[in-house]
Amino acid sequence: MSTEAHVSHTHSHADHGHGHDGGTHATFGGYMIGFGLSVVLTAIPFWLVMSGVLGSNEATALTVMAFAVVQIVVHMIFFLHMTPSSEGGWTMMALIFTLVMVLITLAGSLWVMYHLNTNMMPVHDMSRIP
Amino acid sequence: MDATATTMEGVSKTPDVPVFYLEEEHAHAEGGSTMLGFWIYLMSDCLIFACLFATYGVLGGSYAAGPSPKDLFDLPLVAVNTAMLLLSSITYGFAVLAMDKGRVGQTQAWLAVTAVFGAAFIGLELHEFAHMIQEGATPQRSAFLSAFFTLVGTHGLHVTCGLIWLGTLMVQVARRGLIEANKRRLMCLSMFWHFLDVVWIGVFTFVYLMGVLR
Amino acid sequence: MFNNPDLLKAIFGRLTLESLPFHEPILVVTFLAVALGGAAVVGAITYYRLWSYLWREWFTSVDHKRIGVMYIVLGLVMLLRGFSDALMMRLQQAVAFNGSEGYLPAHHYDQIFTAHGVIMIFFVAMPLVTGLMNYVVPLQIGARDVAFPFLNNFSFWMTAAGAVLVMMSLFVGEFARTGWLAYPPLSNIGYSPDVGVDYYIWSLQIAGIGTLLSGVNLVATIVKMRAPGMTMMKMPVFTWTALCTNVLIVAAFPVLTAVLAMLSLDRYVGTDFFTNDFGGSPMMYVNLIWIWGHPEVYILVLPAFGVFSEVTSTFSGKRLFGYTSMVYATVVITILSYLVWLHHFFTMGSGASVNSFFGITTMIISIPTGAKLFNWLFTMYHGRIRYELPMMWTVAFMLTFVLGGMTGVLLAVPPADFVLHNSLFLIAHFHNVIIGGVVFGAFAGIAYWFPKVTGFKLDPFWGKLSFWFWVSGFYFAFMPLYVLGFMGVTRRLRVFHDPSLQIWFVIAGFGAFLILLGILAFLVQIVVSIRNREALRDVTGDPWNARTLEWSTSSPPPPYNFAFTPVIHDNDAWWDMKKRGYERPLGGFNPIHMPKNTAAGIILAGISVVFGFAMIWYIWWLAALSFVALIATTIGHTFNYNRDFYIPVDEVVHCERARTQLLSGQA
Repeated sequence: MSTEAHVSHTHSHADHGHGHDGGTHATFGGYMIGFGLSVVLTAIPFWLVMSGVLGSNEATALTVMAFAVVQIVVHMIFFLHMTPSSEGGWTMMALIFTLVMVLITLAGSLWVMYHLNTNMMPVHDMSRIP
Repeated sequence: MDATATTMEGVSKTPDVPVFYLEEEHAHAEGGSTMLGFWIYLMSDCLIFACLFATYGVLGGSYAAGPSPKDLFDLPLVAVNTAMLLLSSITYGFAVLAMDKGRVGQTQAWLAVTAVFGAAFIGLELHEFAHMIQEGATPQRSAFLSAFFTLVGTHGLHVTCGLIWLGTLMVQVARRGLIEANKRRLMCLSMFWHFLDVVWIGVFTFVYLMGVLR
Repeated sequence: MFNNPDLLKAIFGRLTLESLPFHEPILVVTFLAVALGGAAVVGAITYYRLWSYLWREWFTSVDHKRIGVMYIVLGLVMLLRGFSDALMMRLQQAVAFNGSEGYLPAHHYDQIFTAHGVIMIFFVAMPLVTGLMNYVVPLQIGARDVAFPFLNNFSFWMTAAGAVLVMMSLFVGEFARTGWLAYPPLSNIGYSPDVGVDYYIWSLQIAGIGTLLSGVNLVATIVKMRAPGMTMMKMPVFTWTALCTNVLIVAAFPVLTAVLAMLSLDRYVGTDFFTNDFGGSPMMYVNLIWIWGHPEVYILVLPAFGVFSEVTSTFSGKRLFGYTSMVYATVVITILSYLVWLHHFFTMGSGASVNSFFGITTMIISIPTGAKLFNWLFTMYHGRIRYELPMMWTVAFMLTFVLGGMTGVLLAVPPADFVLHNSLFLIAHFHNVIIGGVVFGAFAGIAYWFPKVTGFKLDPFWGKLSFWFWVSGFYFAFMPLYVLGFMGVTRRLRVFHDPSLQIWFVIAGFGAFLILLGILAFLVQIVVSIRNREALRDVTGDPWNARTLEWSTSSPPPPYNFAFTPVIHDNDAWWDMKKRGYERPLGGFNPIHMPKNTAAGIILAGISVVFGFAMIWYIWWLAALSFVALIATTIGHTFNYNRDFYIPVDEVVHCERARTQLLSGQA
């Protein structure tokens, strides 16, 4: 029995405690800020790609990726209500662990397969075929 | 996090023998682990998507002399689709706010609006898929298209599951009101729904936007 | 009407009478034996009117203890199947010399080595470790059940459903002939058009759901349901390893799900993920499946490490040496296990930079593992060691596992791997670590916790017999494979042309025979122990003078585990309680809140078997029907809000009084 279950017990009148820090953390303002930010953070990348204002594809790609990362963080904070203290820090811990695993899976696969393709299939590189 | 201090209300009779059990039974906070458990499940789901993203990353350039993202992707349509999902997210947020205030009718109304936006998202996605398949860009055409349809389709499948879940929950809220169990379920679905949003950010960035740039 | 092939196809898919293997005498005999044995079991259960007892008390039970026992029974039953496959392979390889083809046709032999690997990993090792974790973890952390009791029952039945599908493949159709990881393009529809790979895919997918959910469940349990006072660094080491294992399950099994889903899309829909043409890359499958596959190895072995830690400190009468380093070693292994997957395919051709990275990470993993070994040795050092059965398994593990670990480091060197890849050296290596680590760990765990589960100890004579047969059998069976591997013999061969090799295979076959005796002795041990249970009875609940919380309650524990939630002050909680004059509470009991049994788990798993079977045989109407039934049942289950009840005080008082009488009768 953890502290927060205990706390929620003292808060709730019946058997049924909240079990999740006794509330949802949701506020109207929080949702609206999150929504506003995510609209902006979605619109800009679309505009960048569709208009091609940045000129180079690489620069656009990097910018778009940066926006995605920021937007993911925004969603985590304002929609998923991630805080370092929720569930005694375990949700954050699980998230960080998962992100590391996702990174390993993605980067590892790309790295391994790229080297494999350059070493083993030098002629039939499909991406060079238009 | 487990504070021994909170448990000392059990009586310690002799000072040298510590308390080894709780005499007073604390009512178990029922479902106290549900939110964390569901979050852990979502993390595992996240890794399914990581695999699909990795596959798309590796095979996304293998057009096999077939159509490429530039030929296929309709960015305005994707933008509209993204808007649908974002709107459904904020309306789900409003449903949660109404739930916190204990307003059943309002909660149900916002859930229904969320379902409409979610269904619109699925509809647009199916329209996009149908259009691509009509043009001969089927999942069987190239590894790129296999990876594309599987990644985007898996996300769509998740949204569909979310819609079924949403419908079930609306029936349950209608029957039993906003009892603790239903609130907990609504919060789980909220996490699921917003999680799908986060995945979609990855999809529109890595698949659509960067695909067009490729 | 039944002469219309289209209609038959619509009804039965590709299932025809020819799918039943009447032409293979070995299978017909096996089927008859299994059918007779099954009929005998069913008859006995019916005769003794046990069906309703089994249904009420076991099949629908959400009690983690019952579910743990069911997992272990499943694992042991499947061990018999997996081992008979091994015995057949050993026999085939020992006789297929000098122009003899042996007694197994290639078609059958290839299924056997695939089934052996799949069954041993997924349906023997996994259920055994999951069963131990399920049984022990809640008791060790002072909880009354897991976080999601219904899910626990469902997980078990999904695992069992996967096992049922694998067993079905023996008699209806065939199993995969691809090797246990079903690499494409061989496993793709072009080269494996039969049902074998589909059996493989669906049994693993269905069992995988169970495994994943039990992983989520146990992580949530350990994180949220520890008794007050039990901080992370006061958790028993077994619970720590269970936590890390389940974290790995949650992180790794989705990868398996995804990669098998893509393989099935290739097979069913005709996508091009792992094909040779249209831009597909079979190597991507190899890459992804090992991202799951390597952590899987640690999923299996970490709980075994936990068992050995508990056993070593209990039977040395000492606190575990280096608890903190043990915990950190476990956590480091957890992370590192995710960074080594490429060492399974050094020869694929990723080049020097990639290979050296993964070679080095692989070697690094031996450091925390080595640290653990020293911790066990230092725990034994100056301890009063009692060589009871669990401790014997532990010592055998230490000796054997070091050997397996060293051959593993050898294989981690990429140039060496180029020589030894796919050879019998590799086979010897991983059996060395899996048998020496996981299997010995499972037996140590079973011997250690058996008195907790049943209230009486296992018979030591037959246990020691089993132990010596197993250990000597292991060395006879696998040391020759190291030699053969160095000679360049590759795995999965059916016939040999070099007569000088035969003697090694004969020795290996003799080893397998010794292991057979070990397994039989183990079964005899169980029977003998049950018959002599009064002589072997333990009324204290703590037969080994052990240290952790599970030994503080009665054996077998009451349904609610602990009448009062324990409060923890020290790592070895029960030892601490014994030392500081803990007195068992005799009154003041309260009603206890517990989850209700439910049949939803077994029903859902049953429908999943039907769904899997329909997908395997292309019986589309049945697949659609069972899929809809699956969803409907799941939704229907969520409408059941009435999931818990209170054990009345009278019952608690009754249980506790019975224990008081036992304890005083003993004194």
